[in-house]
Amino acid sequence: MDILAYFASLNPMNLASALPGNIAQGVIWGIMALGVYITFRLLDFADLTVDGSFATGGAVTVVLVLAGIPAPAALLAAVLAGMLAGLVTGLLHTLLGIPGILAGILTQISLWSVNLLILDGANKAVNVGKYALVVSLRNVGSSIVVALCIAAVLVVLLYWYFGTEQGSAIRATGCNPHMSKAQGINIDGMKVIALCVSNGLVALSGGLMSQYQGFADIKMGQGAIVIGLAAVIIGDVLGDALLSRHMNFLIRLVFVILGGVVYYLTVGLVVWLKMPTDLLKLLTAVIVAIFLAVPYLSAKAKNSFAAAGKRGVRKDA
Amino acid sequence: MLDLVRVEKTFNPGTINQKQALGGISLHLEEGEFVTVIGGNGAGKSTMLNAIAGVWPIDSGVISIGGVNVTGLPEHRRAAFIGRVFQDPMMGTAPSMEIEENLALAYRRGRRRGLRWGVTKSERARYHEALASLGLGLEDRMTTKVGLLSGGQRQALTLLMAALQKPKLLLLDEHTAALDPATASKVLELSDRIVAENKLTTMMITHNMSDAIRHGTRLIMMNGGRIVLDISGKEKTRLTKADLLQKFAEAAGVQEETDRMLLS
Repeated sequence: MDILAYFASLNPMNLASALPGNIAQGVIWGIMALGVYITFRLLDFADLTVDGSFATGGAVTVVLVLAGIPAPAALLAAVLAGMLAGLVTGLLHTLLGIPGILAGILTQISLWSVNLLILDGANKAVNVGKYALVVSLRNVGSSIVVALCIAAVLVVLLYWYFGTEQGSAIRATGCNPHMSKAQGINIDGMKVIALCVSNGLVALSGGLMSQYQGFADIKMGQGAIVIGLAAVIIGDVLGDALLSRHMNFLIRLVFVILGGVVYYLTVGLVVWLKMPTDLLKLLTAVIVAIFLAVPYLSAKAKNSFAAAGKRGVRKDA
Repeated sequence: MLDLVRVEKTFNPGTINQKQALGGISLHLEEGEFVTVIGGNGAGKSTMLNAIAGVWPIDSGVISIGGVNVTGLPEHRRAAFIGRVFQDPMMGTAPSMEIEENLALAYRRGRRRGLRWGVTKSERARYHEALASLGLGLEDRMTTKVGLLSGGQRQALTLLMAALQKPKLLLLDEHTAALDPATASKVLELSDRIVAENKLTTMMITHNMSDAIRHGTRLIMMNGGRIVLDISGKEKTRLTKADLLQKFAEAAGVQEETDRMLLS
């Protein structure tokens, strides 16, 4: 009867009341996922800098707000700090020839120290009662609206940018570096620019998250890459399932944000089901693995050796 | 249009795999010359083209294109002067981008890529016309992803891209070797037409001796990182495959002879 007791203890109202907060966080993480989308999907570069630059964005924002800088300006500074982190990874990779994943890890690990220096400790709180913040969990409704507006502006900006000559050159670099060089594209330069843009977005998301939760923490970026990937992949799978052939770049970007929301709704569900939150990271990894595997397995199911072996010679042949 | 002066390149110097790929090559191409390049495996044909394109720096010598010394310029800077088509049809295009996007990338070769829109309306009309001239029906599929095209269609598109921003030099590196014979001859025919229409200075590597004889205005043969035969004008038009095979054997023999003299 334990199971019945367990289900009886689940209150649907709790799930409903947690919903807005999960949406707000989902949109903020969706912005982070836009950054991951740029490197992972467009540049074909698994950039692990983001775990560090997310926290950097949070740290810079909180410290500047506490210093009396208006929150929007603090966010702008966070973007610049994130871009600087991207620049470091980009230069480690292009100028010093360090493999992409390793370059990202090196920046990420060094940002841990940098973030401790910025925060002057492991964490710092910012009180929404004392400072005018852009988003806050004390006011979830307006936070959702603000986050959605920022996300919408960013989606339009990115759609425009990746349609320009420079954006096209970045996409070409990710798609076929050999051809890009032959067409006169400075692929090292494009990689650096894309890493800067990506980490700028990630830091912006970190800045928003620190305001939303009311503090910046040295550990806030841990596993960010996996959450970002989860959002990107969930968005891809959802988009392809719902719109299949009608997907264009603009809609893809919208679905990245949506992927972030869906991810956080899933997290909300897990919490509501009273699963131990210690397992959250494990669950996230499992979700990402499943969403990564589904397109592969479904393609394989249609086109497998086992099936071909069973089919044999066609009867009507 | 193209000048190579005593160009040398050795791969893996100082190791057991050391190989002199280019042994002081000198070559001068007049504007509008169409040179076919033949030679056995490891003769240095592709190495010469890669040296010109700037895939890696050369050890010594000077390379200039149209009077500009490009020896110190990296690949993407030299691209302003050079159109290229590779042996692998997958190599010359961006598969996840549309046909018109690929053309637009090529159209901006040698220009600064800023924040203007990546493909403009007036360009589209131009691309439509250029694609129609291929006769492959690609002009009606301009927003199709290039990855969906066949190898032959891709090579035709790459050729078009190479010539779109009229290059001072067109480099064709065995660009029909991966195609079936019928498609290969179509792409070759197309190459001839594009070269003639744009009066392009061209170097074409081929393993097919008949193609090397039939196409172009000049023929060079390479062996052991050197140019061992250079025929143009009337002499080339009279050339037969048998002549070429004999000269190939002679050239290789002479090479062995000189090697033996050096070693003894």
